[in-house]
Amino acid sequence: MSFMQINDLHVHYPIRGGFFNAVVDNVLAVDGISLEFEKGKTYGLVGESGCGKSTTGKSIIGLEKVTSGSIIYEGEDVTNKSRNRNSSFNKDIQMIFQDANSSLNPRKRVQDIIAEPIRNFLKLSDLEEKRKINELLAIVGMPEDAKLKYAHEFSGGQKQRIGIARAIATNPKLIIADEPVSALDLSVQAQVLNYLKDIQKELGLSYLFISHDLGVVKHMCDHISIMYKGRFVESGNRQDVYQSPQHIYTKRLLSAIPTIEPSTRESRKRERITVEQNYQKEEYQYFDEDGRVFDLYSLSDTHKVAMTTTNKEVIHKVAMTTTNKEVI
Amino acid sequence: MTGELLTIKDLHTGFRIKDTYYDAVDGVSITLKKNEILAIVGESGCGKSTLATSIIGLHDHNKTKVQGEISYNGLNLALLDEDNFNKVRGEEIGMIFQDPLSALNPLMRIGEQIEEGLIYHTNLSKDAREKRVLELLSQVGIPKPKRVIRQFPHQLSGGMRQRVIIAIAISCKPKIIIADEPTTALDVTIQAQILDLLIDLQAETGAGIILITHDLGVVAEVADRVAVMYAGQIIEEAPVDELFSNPQHPYTRSLFNSIPQMNSEDDKLQVIQGLVPSLVKLPRTGCRFSSRIPWIPARAHEENPILHEISPGHLVRCTCWQHFHFEGERGGSFQ
Repeated sequence: MSFMQINDLHVHYPIRGGFFNAVVDNVLAVDGISLEFEKGKTYGLVGESGCGKSTTGKSIIGLEKVTSGSIIYEGEDVTNKSRNRNSSFNKDIQMIFQDANSSLNPRKRVQDIIAEPIRNFLKLSDLEEKRKINELLAIVGMPEDAKLKYAHEFSGGQKQRIGIARAIATNPKLIIADEPVSALDLSVQAQVLNYLKDIQKELGLSYLFISHDLGVVKHMCDHISIMYKGRFVESGNRQDVYQSPQHIYTKRLLSAIPTIEPSTRESRKRERITVEQNYQKEEYQYFDEDGRVFDLYSLSDTHKVAMTTTNKEVIHKVAMTTTNKEVI
Repeated sequence: MTGELLTIKDLHTGFRIKDTYYDAVDGVSITLKKNEILAIVGESGCGKSTLATSIIGLHDHNKTKVQGEISYNGLNLALLDEDNFNKVRGEEIGMIFQDPLSALNPLMRIGEQIEEGLIYHTNLSKDAREKRVLELLSQVGIPKPKRVIRQFPHQLSGGMRQRVIIAIAISCKPKIIIADEPTTALDVTIQAQILDLLIDLQAETGAGIILITHDLGVVAEVADRVAVMYAGQIIEEAPVDELFSNPQHPYTRSLFNSIPQMNSEDDKLQVIQGLVPSLVKLPRTGCRFSSRIPWIPARAHEENPILHEISPGHLVRCTCWQHFHFEGERGGSFQ
């Protein structure tokens, strides 16, 4: 059972200009996406820069205003709600930011950084709070004396772990991880990814894992959505997306990822060129005249793909006949 | 020997911190051949970018000390003064920077920025220069070059900006191109395009390319030869196929194991214990990687590790690789 649903989410940024600074147009950063979250699963959101994946994460947690659509959390509509300290939604959804450097207050000690959500949401005594902080530091594998230090005294990987400790402080149900490892070196990235997996097993968390790195996403995620221009082009589990990609954009994205097999270099380059040529040739089928991706339809229980101009009519007809039958 | 473009011998680049110089590049020797893409890989802080900026002489001489030999065409670049260096830089050695937005001047039109090098290094007429700029832009695959030369950097996308940077780097047909993380700031689809462009340009011009990156995927995609750096030293050097199929140094092997593989279902990634030592605290003797593989006994390391040639063209520093096994695995013959 899913504990949280996102229905037809839109986030538009107005472009102002002309007389009286009137709204002349909108940037459709997120243009109608739907997602469901189940307990203990990891959901990947992949796309190029500017496709709206970070905006999606921010609007779910309430850092961006939702233009239309709804976010239902445990049966309650929490879209654009003024959030207060008693709200369980705020406590249960936490975020890990991309840049650990700028998301930790340089003037606060680590213990105060981690204690902030605890002080906001949990009513603990001083002693309990101290114990909780020690516990959290132990979970993310940091020594106890770290809590008296400042953020700048740590390396990038350690800072990211402090960010994780802060995110799990209130025992959340969902953590939105916005590019949590893209600023880290390979060996440190491995450390952080391992921690995220361990904590998930221990606490039964769900993640919304936002990344542009398809290798990392494949390693981490159960369910993957590929995003382009504010809409999903394809979503499914690992098998669906990586073994049998259907949409031309997904194929193009997958063919562009470098592998660590120098011997396959030539064949991969040929494949990449073919996919690119197909993309140029068939692009018009996959996008409407405004370059917008069509709606999704289900291929199987898990696998959903955006329609094309060629199969759109057919799918509509099929959908119509089935509903007609139901009516009859 | 013919075929060698650039030979670096025992290069030390030190930064001054409180009147002491600490070597960020600590005794690097490497050669770049003609028609070759040499990749230098390492994590942040290993000295790979410092090596690049030492070659092209972008260091502030008041704060850094460059010692050793960087011989190019009979010149030792490490000893060259600024006036003479300006003749080499741009004309003989071009550089591609990581962040295309901060490498371009926001107040200058694209055409002017590409033309700058031509004005300095050649005596082409104004018309000839413009022709060359248009030629360069179409060479790096920019559509409608006539319009682009009138535009400013902010009007172009990230991929297009990086193409402009490449056009500037190759404007005077340099023999050597240094590319410092040329695709790190770009999306994967754009990255693939830029890497293909680099390979094509190299095939066309026959220049030698030094590619600096932390991404092993990029290396596998374009490089001919790879040098892995750790804490200011090269710890392994090999042709690309050899390095990827048969990595030997414990650091290289650990790095490969920490990549989330596209086709592995393995739950746990290998983690390298500990941290990259900081420049100031770095021990200058013994094997620098020893502190991160504490389960390997000290006897396995050399006292003063040097690069050993274990097969033709494959160099590995220190002897510890012979006895290396991952933590938890059973060791080999070493007692």
